[in-house]
Amino acid sequence: MSRGTRERAVAPEAEFRSYYGRPVIKRPIWHVPHMPVYLYLGGLSGASSLTAIMAGLTGRPHLARTARIAAAAGAALGTGFLVAELGRPMRFLNMLRVFKPTSPMSVGSWILAAQGGLSAVAAASAVTGILPAAGDAAALATGVTGPLTATYTAVLVADTAVPAWHEGYRELPFLFAGSALASAGAVGMLAAPRTEAGPARAVALIGAAVETAAASALEHRLGLVGEPYRQGRAGRLLRAARALTVGGGLLTLLAGRSRVATVASGLSLTAGALCTRFGVLEAGRASAADPKFTVVPQRERLDSGAPAPSSGR
Amino acid sequence: MAERMGFFTDTSICIGCKACEVACKEWNQLPDDGFVFEATSYDNTAALGASTWRHVAFIEQQPVWMPDGDPMSHGGPVPHSGPMSHGGPMPDGGSMPHGGESVFEVGRDGRWLMSSDVCKHCTNAGCLDVCPTGAIFRTEFGTVVVQPDICNGCGYCVPACPFGVIDRREGDGRAWKCTMCYDRLRGGLEPACAKACPTDSIQFGPLDELRERAAARVDTLHAAGHTEARLYGESPGDGVGGMGAFFLLLDEPEVYGLPPDPVVPTRDLPAMWGWAGAAIATMAAAVAASFLGGRSR
Repeated sequence: MSRGTRERAVAPEAEFRSYYGRPVIKRPIWHVPHMPVYLYLGGLSGASSLTAIMAGLTGRPHLARTARIAAAAGAALGTGFLVAELGRPMRFLNMLRVFKPTSPMSVGSWILAAQGGLSAVAAASAVTGILPAAGDAAALATGVTGPLTATYTAVLVADTAVPAWHEGYRELPFLFAGSALASAGAVGMLAAPRTEAGPARAVALIGAAVETAAASALEHRLGLVGEPYRQGRAGRLLRAARALTVGGGLLTLLAGRSRVATVASGLSLTAGALCTRFGVLEAGRASAADPKFTVVPQRERLDSGAPAPSSGR
Repeated sequence: MAERMGFFTDTSICIGCKACEVACKEWNQLPDDGFVFEATSYDNTAALGASTWRHVAFIEQQPVWMPDGDPMSHGGPVPHSGPMSHGGPMPDGGSMPHGGESVFEVGRDGRWLMSSDVCKHCTNAGCLDVCPTGAIFRTEFGTVVVQPDICNGCGYCVPACPFGVIDRREGDGRAWKCTMCYDRLRGGLEPACAKACPTDSIQFGPLDELRERAAARVDTLHAAGHTEARLYGESPGDGVGGMGAFFLLLDEPEVYGLPPDPVVPTRDLPAMWGWAGAAIATMAAAVAASFLGGRSR
């Protein structure tokens, strides 16, 4: 029998009871680096698709080609990480056995399958010059599947009993969307000629701003449940992410005039996006490991006489 | 569809013998959990998991005599610290008066709480909702079962369970949990744990019937002065729509390692997709603005 306070040096405000301080819920079993790297690659792929479409429409062929390749590579590599993450990788096709709207992973598998296929066609056409019309049509279709690929993962992690993830369901999609934009902008400005990369720098800058704002909201608006985003390993990763993202974002303003600034900005934003994704996974793990985050909010709900209803908000 | 079947676990008559754990392991041929010494109580099973589908919690609550002669709670469940007149006051978690008092007290000799935990077979089951392969399904008995020949070990069900029941088995790669002995049920037998329970603490039957029996049992206990008795998971109005396996507890749920007010994560799914939609719109607007603004520059 533990009251939880013995194990914890911090947060004396939360008085609660537990079974020997053991966690109530199981911690997410997803691995490092598979899961957070997939989150990064999916974001890169999705936002690159949008960049590719707009670059094509505004007559920037080099940027369009680069972005199509990034979208295809992100989806393909990301799928590889996802398959490796499975307990039974040989059964990865079971993901497409059914379509279940109640499962963000099922919905996401179909989204990723579409994004992977379409982006591959778009990139192959751009590289080889074969079937340009089909390539353009596929690229246009990724305008739908791309942003879904970049954000469904936020719904996926929020649709769990992990308090820091579940209660962050408003902020996480914006965090992932911002991080995706920053990632795609970074790759675009690193790989495309500087004369064409102006919009990629703008995408990166806006993405960095959205990512930073969403991370800040996540850390400060969730109260007790947001604690894992501020402390420990997750806190360190997210602080690093903020420094890298803000720094990289500001450097985009100089990147139009300097190759060095471009490289520094692109690498910094990429590292920031990766730190964000690793930090979110760590925060989820910490949030599941301490029964405080599960018990205290639920106990408060009960004590205030407003237990959870069984149907939606 | 057959009648919905369930478990009613009456912890007030659990003697902590762990026959249910053993019977479950044997019938379902579950691997062992290794030789673990938790050093917390007479419970070295610790928690439900991929290979542990029944878990007997063991809670020791007792006053400890202090040098000044006052009994103090020790590592115990008493929610407020400070000197206590007699063992230690505890909230009874309900409004039932006890001899004019509203406070339940642990006696001078303390007490042992024992409870056999199991998968709740929720009406609105998080694991079933999020399973992307359809491996987890609802049976004709209203129970929730994983099909091992379909599960690809994605692990999504593990953090989606508000009770921390289901887990992935290392080395096997698939998710496992209590099936309420689906094979035995289909053969007209009761689950192995209920069959083995020597005190009928674990009762198996049609859920409606169990709920009536449980309500009567609470009334009996209250009439006998055990006002701390309360049901957990019997109400279809709770956050998981009612549990197919519910409990009679003698203290608050969190003392037994159970979440006090569990909610199925998918309850908020429409709102989550709504926020994702807003984020998608933001992405599209950001990219459009970057290119159209950049062109005029």
